[in-house]
Amino acid sequence: MGQALNVHRLHFAFTITFHYIFPQLTMGLALLLVYLKTKALRTGDEHYDRAARFWGRIFGINFAVGVITGIPMEFQFGTNWAAFSKAAGGVIGQTLAMEGVFSFFLESSFLGLFLFGEKKLGRIGHWLSAFLVFLGSWLSGYFIVATDAWMQHPTGYRLGANGAIELASFWDLLLNKWALWQYAHTMLGAVQTGCFVMAAVGAFYLLTKRDEIYGRTFVKAGVLVGAIAALLQLFPTGDMQGKLVANHQPVTLAAMEGLFESQKGAPLVILGQPDVEKRKLDNPLEIPNMLSFLTYRQWRADVKGLSDFPQTEWPDQIPLLYYSYHVMVGLGTIFIAVMVVAALLLWRGRLYDSRWMLWTLMLCVPLPYIANTAGWMTAELGRQPWLIHGLMRTAQGISPRVAAGNAWFTLIGFMGLYTVVGILWLFLFYREIELGPEPGAHPRDDDAAVLAAD
Amino acid sequence: MGTIWFCLVAFMIAVYVLLDGFDLGAGAIHLWVAKTDEERRQVLASIGPVWDGNEVWLIAAGGTMYFAFPALYASGFSGFYLPLMIVLWLLILRGASIEFRNHIKSAVWDPLWDFLFCASSLLLAVFFGAALGNVVRGVPLDASGYFFEPLWTNFRLGEETGILDWYTILVGVLALLALAMHGALWVHMKTSGAVSSRAGRLAAQAWWGVVVLTALVTVVTFRVQAQLKENFATWTGGFLFPLLAVAGIAGVFFELRWHKERKAFLASCAYLTGMLTSVVFGVYPMVLPARNTVYSLTVRTARAGEYGLKIGLLWWVIGMILAAGYSTYVYRSFAGKVVVDKDSHGYGD
Repeated sequence: MGQALNVHRLHFAFTITFHYIFPQLTMGLALLLVYLKTKALRTGDEHYDRAARFWGRIFGINFAVGVITGIPMEFQFGTNWAAFSKAAGGVIGQTLAMEGVFSFFLESSFLGLFLFGEKKLGRIGHWLSAFLVFLGSWLSGYFIVATDAWMQHPTGYRLGANGAIELASFWDLLLNKWALWQYAHTMLGAVQTGCFVMAAVGAFYLLTKRDEIYGRTFVKAGVLVGAIAALLQLFPTGDMQGKLVANHQPVTLAAMEGLFESQKGAPLVILGQPDVEKRKLDNPLEIPNMLSFLTYRQWRADVKGLSDFPQTEWPDQIPLLYYSYHVMVGLGTIFIAVMVVAALLLWRGRLYDSRWMLWTLMLCVPLPYIANTAGWMTAELGRQPWLIHGLMRTAQGISPRVAAGNAWFTLIGFMGLYTVVGILWLFLFYREIELGPEPGAHPRDDDAAVLAAD
Repeated sequence: MGTIWFCLVAFMIAVYVLLDGFDLGAGAIHLWVAKTDEERRQVLASIGPVWDGNEVWLIAAGGTMYFAFPALYASGFSGFYLPLMIVLWLLILRGASIEFRNHIKSAVWDPLWDFLFCASSLLLAVFFGAALGNVVRGVPLDASGYFFEPLWTNFRLGEETGILDWYTILVGVLALLALAMHGALWVHMKTSGAVSSRAGRLAAQAWWGVVVLTALVTVVTFRVQAQLKENFATWTGGFLFPLLAVAGIAGVFFELRWHKERKAFLASCAYLTGMLTSVVFGVYPMVLPARNTVYSLTVRTARAGEYGLKIGLLWWVIGMILAAGYSTYVYRSFAGKVVVDKDSHGYGD
């Protein structure tokens, strides 16, 4: 049983981590595509339409990989987590089904029109198709976050006969306060990925002195939107998310912060390696009283440490949780610094000539992916040992009949397949950047298949 | 309320089969009906803007089953663990081959994806058929409400069945032929020239196989699943469903003769709908029959709580009206025959 549990956890963790590489860019770029199309509509400048077409091609590749790696996610609730699904399907099935019914139909229908139908739709119609793709992808994000939020902080349910968890209030499920803040925080993370990718491609063009008018547009869009998103990521969304954890999952907060003993005036740890056996941090570098202040807005407030809770309530991967959280916060801080400095340079009119800043923007591109992944790891590792916080332990949720050997078989299969898919995605992505936004550069441009309007 | 959701989930699965069925079928046959790069791109263009939306019906049906029948979803998905994972891998390969192919033009790039597109579509059709065969035949559920089937055991219909046995393979082959015909009729309707006429001929050839296997599978199925006989005997109105299938398959034959491409495709839709509804009608009120019938999951034992099902009905109807709206708009926007145009690239400049 123990071994099967670990394989099922790794199975979900691996496939969801790989999958989320793609939707974060999809959701971020969807917003930026609306920005570019709006510019095109308002200025009437063909330049912005070309820019949108270029990003539309990249969006298409990214979206496709997001779709094919996303289908396994919904299946896995049933295949690998059958006991969980049987108990809680009546509740979380609602939000998952709503994602399919309300967002996927919208998204897939209008993406087809956005990519293949610009001629036919006209300027306003094409803008609208970009907007509806944005709406669909952001709605999809909401339903998924609402599902996760219910597992973090279950609301609107009652316990029915033979252990089934039944829906008791639709609106409490959908408007869970945890979902609202987690959604804002997650989407800002996705926006930052989109912004860093767009700015990095722009910086690459400017540094290599090619397609420079596009480079300037991309850097500008990425930095303007990215600076706002980076600030909102910290405050209020990150702050509120932290408060929710402090109030509803105090053990998790202690584990994230590496706080073993309860303290008045708890410090904020910048660096230090948790030693769970000895219940201490090695070589801690701390800001005194800061954790108390951030959590309770009082310098001497009492923050509960892990020792105040029975060990059976502790998250089972404390070091990994601690590092995920610190990586997320550390990178988030770096993003604020980079984006705000870049925005100031843009305001002073010096950004496009500032080689060191362009280099920084270009090299930062993997970081938002890491930060988003670390953020999700914080949320999910922090929820442990619960699958549904307070209601069901993770060990109780797995499929009782799927042996570890069968789970390994499919996990290895996914690892192999995703390696190939990942390499192809990088290859095609880079190729689009290499071909560039100028019309005529694309070898398949001249003969891409088009459906006639007869 | 449980029966309403039973019908709605069946409806969504049927729509999935009709829609993704034609693009799966098109994939399965495209190596034979389209020979040159330009011809292959005609086939791809005929499904390009819609295949992703078609696949959404699978996700939406899965999600709906999840909240309406959590016990069915849990038991069925974990019991069919291996074939579902293989289906996922095939869907990944297939999606990649449709989306990646046209990004590069090369003598090693195109044929690779064409082959993968064909192979994955073929195998998916067989696996979906075998899955349906498994549901009809019944699975080794026990008192726990769970089961696990290996890919195969001894290929017989005993107590410890595998995913593949002689019956489910038979249904799988029928599914492949039926979807190949369905896809060929779609390509016949949406393309022109050599591709269209080859697809029309292939559909006409597949038709004979579909007729023979449909008859065979029908006879065998009444022996394999006793509930069918009981249901058709109790409610004679149920004979409308197989009648629809017969009318559909006859329609395909005559409409192809009379060169009515659109009607031939619609007749094929009627055939598939008739077959699926016959099965659904035949196994009701079971949602997942067991080899030992006392353990079968039924509408009553698998359904979710009353409140959730009621509120679900509200948003489901709204969502479906919206989805039907978008789908109609997209299909109308891309109506008519596909033209692979040398001069334009679909982006308006």
